[in-house]
Amino acid sequence: MVTQPHFLFLASALFAVGAFGLFWRRHNVIVLLMCLELMLLAANLAFVTFAAYAGDLAGQVFVMFTLTVAAAEAAIALAILLLFFRGRGSIAVESLSSLRG
Amino acid sequence: MTPADLAFFVLAAVLLASALGVVFTRNPVHAVLLLVLTFFNAAGVFILLGAEFLAMLLIIVYVGAVMVLFLFVVMMLRVDPAKMRAQGRAALPLGLLVAGVLMAEMAAVALSFAALPGAASPAFALPEGVTDARALGRVLYTDFVYPFQVAGLILLIAMVGAIALTQRARPDIKRQSVADQTARRPGDAMEIVKVTPRTGA
Repeated sequence: MVTQPHFLFLASALFAVGAFGLFWRRHNVIVLLMCLELMLLAANLAFVTFAAYAGDLAGQVFVMFTLTVAAAEAAIALAILLLFFRGRGSIAVESLSSLRG
Repeated sequence: MTPADLAFFVLAAVLLASALGVVFTRNPVHAVLLLVLTFFNAAGVFILLGAEFLAMLLIIVYVGAVMVLFLFVVMMLRVDPAKMRAQGRAALPLGLLVAGVLMAEMAAVALSFAALPGAASPAFALPEGVTDARALGRVLYTDFVYPFQVAGLILLIAMVGAIALTQRARPDIKRQSVADQTARRPGDAMEIVKVTPRTGA
């Protein structure tokens, strides 16, 4: 019998995988962005779970807004990444240091 | 075990396996494709939770648009995989620690929900004959109309920002400039000279 904790376990495991990826894939910012998408997906999964088990549609509406903001974030981040690659020829996090004072 | 339970465990297993694949595969193109698989399985879990519209949205918006954008950028940026081996090794203990602590804390919270009376079955019950998409539309255009407009503005700003960031002016290329052409007046281009006979211009 699948209950609410099952879905929440799944969401937290997905979030932990994404968080681990942030540390493990430091050399490629694109994969870093994908790990961020994983974490956002985990948050969305938790939102939908609570919306279903609390009987409130507002959680699903919030997931729609999260999707919107995540899509905007991905577009802007990839544009910045493209600019960075043109200037540096590298997308490693270690080379993203030009703003250091 | 009901078919819905079986579907949940299959979807959850593939979801976590493909998410781990995103993190651990060396090839960024494979990572994008595994992320597509992750989103498909998440859409399946959404359907199990009664959020069919969000599941479709996830597939259309994420798999259809965002992941294709990722794939484009991955293929535009030539990243040498050999050059970036073993760079994340130093962060491995820290990453495991942070992910483990996060997982443990959230699992503890999830366990605390098991004791609640409503945890056994979803309380989500739509009125008779109302689909998930219709119910979402009813609240989205009434209760949430202002956040909805703001979401549209955010998308507009993101679009303008992405275009403004990536557009580049190429001074070495000759292009037609329609504005210059229509702004051109006869006085800019020609001069009327009265020439008296036998004296020359």
